[in-house]
Amino acid sequence: MSWDIKGIQQWGWKKHPAGAVIKDPGNSRSFKTGGWRTFRPVRDEEKCSQCLICFVYCPDSAILIKNEKVVGIDYDFCKGCGICAAECPLDAIQMVDESKLNK
Amino acid sequence: MAISNKLINSQTNKEKTGNDKTINNSKAVAIVGTDAVSEAMRQINPDVVAAYPITPQTAIVESFSQLVADGLVKTHMVTVESEHSAMSAAIGASAAGSRVMTCTSSQGLAYMWELLYIASGLRLPIVMPNVNRALSAPINIHCDHSDSMGARDAGWIQIFSENAQEAYDNTLQAIRIAENPDILLPVMVLLDGFIISHAIERVEIIDNDIVSKFVGDFNPPYSLLDSQNPVSVGTFDSLYGYFFEFKRQQEEAMLNAFKVIKDVGKEFGEISGRHYGLFESVGIEDAEFAIIATGSAAGTIRHLVEDMRSRGIPIGMIKLRVYRPFPAKELAEALSGLKAVAVFDRSDTFAGNMGGPIFIELRSSLYDLQQRPLAINYIYGLGGRDLSIELIEKALGELIDAARSGQVKQTVNYLGLRE
Ligand code: SF4
Ligand code: SF4
Repeated sequence: MSWDIKGIQQWGWKKHPAGAVIKDPGNSRSFKTGGWRTFRPVRDEEKCSQCLICFVYCPDSAILIKNEKVVGIDYDFCKGCGICAAECPLDAIQMVDESKLNK
Repeated sequence: MAISNKLINSQTNKEKTGNDKTINNSKAVAIVGTDAVSEAMRQINPDVVAAYPITPQTAIVESFSQLVADGLVKTHMVTVESEHSAMSAAIGASAAGSRVMTCTSSQGLAYMWELLYIASGLRLPIVMPNVNRALSAPINIHCDHSDSMGARDAGWIQIFSENAQEAYDNTLQAIRIAENPDILLPVMVLLDGFIISHAIERVEIIDNDIVSKFVGDFNPPYSLLDSQNPVSVGTFDSLYGYFFEFKRQQEEAMLNAFKVIKDVGKEFGEISGRHYGLFESVGIEDAEFAIIATGSAAGTIRHLVEDMRSRGIPIGMIKLRVYRPFPAKELAEALSGLKAVAVFDRSDTFAGNMGGPIFIELRSSLYDLQQRPLAINYIYGLGGRDLSIELIEKALGELIDAARSGQVKQTVNYLGLRE
């Protein structure tokens, strides 16, 4: 079922489906949780050996893979937990304070 | 014990106590209140019952499990390890689109606490008889209304019963009220512990097919098991949030409930001869003062009130049936112009001399009246303390004094307390 939620932030109370039921499930892709992050993982392409350990450990599937290679980090969903940086055997990922980065 | 065997030997009822003497579709049996409730549950035949036994509700769970074991219902009975789990299972099953019931008392209701709000917040029409019992401490298994009163803001409809017959009737009606598409709220059916639950009374059990037709089928607005129309239920309301909007919707459902409860009560009257509204009034039209009470005490009080009326004393009575939603407007209309009212509460709010919950809400309902009656509160029967005729007479005497003198000596009174 496709559910038109255009302008939902302005909806009056009568318009919402009773019981806070979401009639269009599986929509977490459109709910960007990257904003929760305070530390950003930054990968050093030079140091990385493409072992893919970070990809296995990332709880948010935020390590982007193409042709079996890490091609980047999805900052729309990465919550900055730092697991990738801790697990990387080559210290190829550094956690950088978001407030010190120009976004 | 299941009562189906007793029904076989019972006599067909020809004499109705209600005002409709032409109805002849029920059997009168002598049963305890818990069996009246499980008999209603047998006829409702819910898809799922998840329950945990607690005194004095235990007998409901016992006799209903017997019905399940005997194959007399198609219900899937979930024997959980606690009331917290009972309500959790009920919520899951209801969200899956089942007609769900459970029942509890006292500490069990308290243990369901956080789930009560989830059931109403998710708008799940679960029906739960609650056999009213005091909350600890000290440990006490007897009747007062502190358990359900504690849940008065949990977003559940609450309907009180005066006797076993009403416990049966209200349980049947609760299904229709809860599942009404304009409501979709959980409903608590309240009956006084031991006084109603364990006393044998004459109860008219309506014929199975008539009850089946009355309760009908549940058409859930969605189902977790419907893979063609998938939904997410119980989601997180994030920072921007719509929580406030959903709470306003719950209030709207409560407002809709006033009409639906009256409609269902009227329709139930057509099949049973017993008509139900938000409250019942006795002689209010020409009364100068009145008593407001609920639950089993209303029976004793009505007896006294009718006796006094026959002696020309201008007294009336209101038996509050529906406590949530609270029929403030209708009560104010009924009581407008009276000189004094006495409100009986079987629980306290411990708010510092504010009185019991019914008193607080009734007094607030009267506030906008041009001619407000004086209001007196009697807190009685805590932990099962008996409410004797003498105690009610004492309160009535004080009520009459207040009405005559235009003055209330003491607003909040503890009736039957050892001073
Ligand atoms: S910081 Fe956490 S969420 Fe972000 S990419 Fe690394 S493991 Fe994934
Ligand atoms: S764990 Fe480190 S080395 Fe391995 S792929 Fe990830 S960033 Fe590269």
